[in-house]
Amino acid sequence: MTKIITLTIDDQKVNVPEGTLIVNAAKMVGIDIPVFCYHPKMEPVGMCRQCLVEVGRPVIDRATGQPVIEDGQVKIQFGPKLETACTTVVSEGMVVLTRSEKARQAQKEILEFLLTSHPLDCPVCDKGGECPLQNLTMAFGPSQSRFLYDDKHHAEKHVPLGDKIWLDRERCIQCGRCIRFQEKIAGDPVLAFYQRGRATDIITNSDPPFDSIFSGNTTDICPVGALTTADFRFGARPWEMKAAASICPLCPVGCNIVFNTRREAKSGGKVVIKRVMPRQNEQVNEIWICDRGRFNWHYVEDPTRLAHPLVKKDGKLELASWQEALEATRKHIAGAQIVVVASGRLSNEDLFNLKQLADGLSGQALLYDSLPGGELTTRYGVAAGTNLGDLGAGSAILVAAADLYYEAPIWYLRVKAAAERGANLVIIHPQATRLDKYAKKLIRCEREEVAAKVQELAAELTAAENLIIFFGRTADRRLAETCASLLQGRESKPNNGLIGVWQRANDQGAWELGYKPAADLAKIVEGKVVYLAAADPAGDDPQWAEALKTAKALIVQELFLTETAKLADVVFPAQAFSERDGSYTSGERRVQRFYPATPPLGEARPDFAIAAAVASAAGLEVEGRSALRVMDKIAVSIPAFAGISYGKLAEVTEQWPIVGRGDLYYGGTTYENRQGLGVHLNKHWNIET
Amino acid sequence: MRVLEPVVELARGLWTTLRSMAEKPVTVQYPEEKRPVKPRFRGRHVLKRYENGLEKCIGCALCAAACPADAIFVEASENTDEERYSPGDRYASTYEINMLRCIYCGFCEDACPTEAIVLGDNYELSFTNRREAIYTKEMLLEPVPPGGLPTPQKTEPGKFTRSVPEMKDPQD
Repeated sequence: MTKIITLTIDDQKVNVPEGTLIVNAAKMVGIDIPVFCYHPKMEPVGMCRQCLVEVGRPVIDRATGQPVIEDGQVKIQFGPKLETACTTVVSEGMVVLTRSEKARQAQKEILEFLLTSHPLDCPVCDKGGECPLQNLTMAFGPSQSRFLYDDKHHAEKHVPLGDKIWLDRERCIQCGRCIRFQEKIAGDPVLAFYQRGRATDIITNSDPPFDSIFSGNTTDICPVGALTTADFRFGARPWEMKAAASICPLCPVGCNIVFNTRREAKSGGKVVIKRVMPRQNEQVNEIWICDRGRFNWHYVEDPTRLAHPLVKKDGKLELASWQEALEATRKHIAGAQIVVVASGRLSNEDLFNLKQLADGLSGQALLYDSLPGGELTTRYGVAAGTNLGDLGAGSAILVAAADLYYEAPIWYLRVKAAAERGANLVIIHPQATRLDKYAKKLIRCEREEVAAKVQELAAELTAAENLIIFFGRTADRRLAETCASLLQGRESKPNNGLIGVWQRANDQGAWELGYKPAADLAKIVEGKVVYLAAADPAGDDPQWAEALKTAKALIVQELFLTETAKLADVVFPAQAFSERDGSYTSGERRVQRFYPATPPLGEARPDFAIAAAVASAAGLEVEGRSALRVMDKIAVSIPAFAGISYGKLAEVTEQWPIVGRGDLYYGGTTYENRQGLGVHLNKHWNIET
Repeated sequence: MRVLEPVVELARGLWTTLRSMAEKPVTVQYPEEKRPVKPRFRGRHVLKRYENGLEKCIGCALCAAACPADAIFVEASENTDEERYSPGDRYASTYEINMLRCIYCGFCEDACPTEAIVLGDNYELSFTNRREAIYTKEMLLEPVPPGGLPTPQKTEPGKFTRSVPEMKDPQD
């Protein structure tokens, strides 16, 4: 139990745990102390001096050890100088004055100094409108400068720091947040200060430059417009964009994101996505996202996307109406054996409806993925209440045959942080990975031997209080089983469990919904009607293209005219995840909801609705009116999802640090989570099986 | 007296008529003749150019932000030295004002950091449909001044690096 300290900040009594910094204590009661270099996710450095406040402490009588009482009140001794609120820890009876004449004057003068060489760029700066320097100058700064305009320091304004991030040297205020983020949080120390004094610059010392998959986060925490993304450059002003909450669909971490959208003349008056920003979820991605999630959304607006159904006539795919396409599908599936092959790119609702379709027609529903062990994660997967951020000393993390940095970057961040907090990190991988330097134990072996090595370490790993095991894309069946065997008896313990580093966002959801992987697709498809959703086997392997030709008929629902779709008899245009609502189940078995950001393209429909329409054409009844209703169906028919509803998924609780409100100076431009933190799946409903 | 009173009144009225016949008429023969406007008159917007022909507008969209009627729409793009529209990095690739929405308050003028948008003295705005009421950048830009070049221009590198010029307080 940590001790609670009582102090007074601006006449307000505050109770905070021992060890809290003044700036955080003030934040908790809604008092803003301006900061630039301090960030709640990083250790304080006290570089920018913006947070100067008056601090007084009770005078203690040395003889008695009790506070001195004067005129019936505790005597407070104020220091001769101001103190930085970001480095000073609270103490009992402390009195902090953040808005006294002396403190105000100091804050104003620091801002005046910071602005001596800051260019008057705000109108053309991408940060303008969500800029801490701008906001704090308005709130705390001077209205005029006493420095000579002609003596302004001029520097390069257009420096590419890598191909994704631009640096404007003139705007930089040398707070070092980006450098510290790269060094301490990302573990890629590729940025550094160069030169001194007024000539101080930010440089990158890696080749290729700014070689980090987390580089985009530096633009979020940069308190000025020094670091901006090349992707968004001059895209729009921040106040012109709308925000729509979503979930990143690129890996099984399930980072919470926000799409910023705007109606544009350039895009023919359509509402388009301008950028992706992180959304806070302290149990999933904290306030970070990787560059893949931040910059790889352009495919949803690709002009080559399918907007209308296609039906094969005389060996050629031709545009058709939905009615024609459904009628053609009905004819194909009538009396035939059906195989549904779906990938984890689809939402829970889509996968559920496709399975309903397959089951209703006495067919098979297969998952388009090769990584084994999914049914083990439905049993030994992490339990409700798990938070990788809670792991530390006494916990063990095994990363077997997975390169988290590339396969699931945010898990890399979280595992790295856990290892630094003292967790016993063991890595067994055939090649070197970026996580290696944080491992307590590192084993390099052939892919086939990984399972045996895990077995050797069984005693050491199971001795830990908490055990989390990641197994990755190069894992085999034996490895998955060995990993699961270490977790016997920990099935319902939070912070314990097996995590598959799947290739796609919702592979876990597919497993939970009862999908089995397609063991030998080539054999299964022969003579049957194959219904492919969000899977492109023909594009992935020419052998499968040959195999698919042996099928009786091929029905595809897709975003693009893929190699598989080209072979199809009927192609349905599907809506991208950004155009519809739905939910994904992350690798940590957390169901999270995404919302529509842009209007759908052409006649495209959401995948669950297409499956329902096909089912209805075949005489089955499958819910397809809305994703919400499908989720209600899932909740009653799949035990793991029992009790989950869209209302539940949209619930939020207070998170620390406070970000994304009016106080961008504190946490950066990350969005506050108002649209749902998601819900863990019920623990191991199949435990008795 | 009672008999004379109407006659006097009649004469007085006629005198007023006669007097005004000799006065200069106030009617202006619009459109052949136009009345000059006051210096602070707020007419149709003009997008200004520098002497060298570069556009003053840098596409910052502060006019659109200030506009209480949401009449202005701006989209920005990036300048290069091969294809330069305005000094600095940024220029307005789309600039539209919906003249049906505009209330001619002049807030856009106040918000402009480069004095690019100015409410001019043109009050002759008429349209026959709503589409025509949207003035595009080409319609709003003033002609290239003598000695200047049209945009986009090819400029020498490192010469036009600043978007916002050094400015004095407005005199008028």
